Amino acid sequence: MKITLLSFLRLLCLLMAAGIAHAQGNLEINTPVVAQLKGAMHARHTQLSPLLVSGALGLASDGTVQMHDANAVPLAQRQAAQGLIAAENADRIALYREIARANGKPEWEQEIRTTFAQRWIDKAPAGWWVQDARGNWTRK
Amino acid sequence: MRHLFLLLAVLGLTACVTINIYFPAAAAEKVADKIIDEVWQIEKGKDSAKKPEANGSAAETSVPAHEKELAK
Repeated sequence: MKITLLSFLRLLCLLMAAGIAHAQGNLEINTPVVAQLKGAMHARHTQLSPLLVSGALGLASDGTVQMHDANAVPLAQRQAAQGLIAAENADRIALYREIARANGKPEWEQEIRTTFAQRWIDKAPAGWWVQDARGNWTRK
Repeated sequence: MRHLFLLLAVLGLTACVTINIYFPAAAAEKVADKIIDEVWQIEKGKDSAKKPEANGSAAETSVPAHEKELAK
């Protein structure tokens, strides 16, 4: 009985290790939708970048971009900036949803979004405005 | 003894189920970094501007990603 129990435990350990390896494996992101969203966001970044540098826009804690200082944008360009924000956020939310869907776990969307929110902020260059979990803006 | 065996079996199965629905935070960070780098192209731009020899290695590391996309 002791031997059986030992071998069972060993098998259990192997199973659990395999489970962990599977869970910690790569997430699938090579889908046409992800590629298309990445392309659109990359193209838009050339327009968003000056707004992020000037502090007009900031990186919000929910994984979106938000207007941080509308006065930093000339009145005539403010509507265009709002349009850029809306388009960027629609793409970002679609991206989070698509990654969750591509991995067969739609329920992961919120956690993927939270992960991205943190990484956008961590990777942002100095001078950009970022939002903490309480909603306060700080300049990196 | 048999009870212990049964208990362990139940525990083991529960553990397996728990692990399979656990969110892979490390993997998520990895894909977030990859996508953000591609959207912003932060390091690549800086490297190619500062040191051309680093540009070669940066381009090499980015090739598999593009190949994967092309293969799809």
